[in-house]
Amino acid sequence: MSAQKSDPGLYEYQPYRGRRKLVWPEGKTCAVWVAPNLEFYELDPPANPNRKSWPKPHPDVVGYSHRDHANRISHWRMAEMMSRHGFPGSVSLSVALCDHIPEVVADARDRGWEFFSHGIYNTRYSYGMDEAQERAIIEDSIATVERATGQRIRGWLAPALTHTPRTLDLLAEYGLDYTCDLYHDDQPTQINVAKGSLTAIPYSLEVNDHYGFFIYNMSPREYADTLIRQYDRLADEGANSGTVMCIPLHSYLIGQPHRIGAFERVLEHIAGDGRAWITTAGAIVDSFEEQSV
Amino acid sequence: MSLDPEYIEYPKRKRGMDHDFYPYSNLFSRPKIAWDDGKELLVWPVISLEYFPMVPNDDPFRAPGHMQTAYPDYRHYTAREYGTRIGIYRLLDAFEKRGIAVSVAMNAALAQRYPQLAADIVSGGHEIIAHSVDMNGTIAGGMDETRESELIAKSFDLLESATGKRPQGWLSIARSQSFNTPRLLVEAGARYMCDWVNDELPYQFDTASGPITNIPLNHELSDRQIINVQQHSMDSYAEQIRDASDWLLEEAAEYGGRMLPLHLTPYISGLPFRIGAFEQLIEELAENARIGFATGEALLDQSQAG
Repeated sequence: MSAQKSDPGLYEYQPYRGRRKLVWPEGKTCAVWVAPNLEFYELDPPANPNRKSWPKPHPDVVGYSHRDHANRISHWRMAEMMSRHGFPGSVSLSVALCDHIPEVVADARDRGWEFFSHGIYNTRYSYGMDEAQERAIIEDSIATVERATGQRIRGWLAPALTHTPRTLDLLAEYGLDYTCDLYHDDQPTQINVAKGSLTAIPYSLEVNDHYGFFIYNMSPREYADTLIRQYDRLADEGANSGTVMCIPLHSYLIGQPHRIGAFERVLEHIAGDGRAWITTAGAIVDSFEEQSV
Repeated sequence: MSLDPEYIEYPKRKRGMDHDFYPYSNLFSRPKIAWDDGKELLVWPVISLEYFPMVPNDDPFRAPGHMQTAYPDYRHYTAREYGTRIGIYRLLDAFEKRGIAVSVAMNAALAQRYPQLAADIVSGGHEIIAHSVDMNGTIAGGMDETRESELIAKSFDLLESATGKRPQGWLSIARSQSFNTPRLLVEAGARYMCDWVNDELPYQFDTASGPITNIPLNHELSDRQIINVQQHSMDSYAEQIRDASDWLLEEAAEYGGRMLPLHLTPYISGLPFRIGAFEQLIEELAENARIGFATGEALLDQSQAG
């Protein structure tokens, strides 16, 4: 593995002021995509020397069962609401979910959602993998999602946000089009990779439901207000050059009974505003790449 | 550098869960539950009644709410005792004035230390859930099985001898179990446990010694999570519970009976500046003809009757 670099050289510096104008279809100013994380966590996974899977000795009953709420209940609640308001999902998928609970993956596929890989399990981390191991999880992701959904994955969000310095190069080499792992911008960015090309699409930690509820300790209604403010601002600024807003979700959080009602206001607001291009990650990347030629 | 080859092998990667405790089940495809008296939503209050010895033993871990300063930690010892002297009575009053029976998850040591408290809970018609022996009685993976088995038996036995009735349910401290806990609970005669938060209705858990029902006690809706951990006000807590009950009532109309667990802590919700908003919440829920209240035993009986 190459030596650690203090500047990873991911992209060129490009100030917000004076950028060329990105234009979204039909003159929309903000491309909005929803990223449900459809995950499977293991009850008793092997240890990665760089990070513990669970804060508690196994079984971590609350940690595991909270997340299992997603597949039994809250995915269905969240997905139904998204469909009702016309929001497709671009799924950050623990691909082993295709094996364990194919019902959830089939439901997302049948709703016309797009899939990208979020690793095999959210309890297996990339830290410390050699190149062959990392290629194995990328190849596994491509094959598993293709078998389960007929789709070839185009994007990647590292499992539990764990990377190696070669991950982005490998994604481009395998022909993936986008990464959700970089948080430097409100517009897509071309990423420097060894060969091929790769686009960073804005995902978000700051308005991720996990951050909203467990880092910023927001109430459900405060989180809904946060998303609405995020959208309103990006839709305003997008008149100058099209912006991207991602709503990254974990159904076991947003789909809890005290939260899902407040979230519906967000979808109503964005869908009713008129300036939102409500779409998938792949469509945003395509539009960006067409405008980059 | 590379990881052990085992790290990218997945022996349990197959259809269904990665354990044998329960099969996968989608809430929205199950047969509809009909609660007694045509209620659409059953609110299940569970009050945790805790005794914190002033000397924590940290084996296997220190319970949430336990001592924090060097010995003697009078501030936390007595602030927790406020719950068992004052807060519990405010909470019981809030329910009893509407004739509501609740579940009280009680450390067995409290029934021995404060017999009047146990008697008041029983005479109020409330249910007692076994909740370890005291707040040093934590359980976690890796715990010696004999020790765990003795702890569980002691909790049930002490509560049975103090109240005349063996508890039907169990709540672990911090909902923390070992891989053996569900089986040991079956062996101790428990009908249900409240530790797993993956569902919103009772469901069956399988163990080598037979089945046990898990009645999920949503930790996200607990006063500890919302008020202590997330630092919201009681007004915000009440708003969140109202939003939850509104949502669940809407679902109940289409999908059948729903339940709303309210996990309460006397030293949190039973404070003078919080109890008023809490009482008002209970009043509003009780006024709604579509909403009923139930203990864990009643939920279990009604969910199995269908």
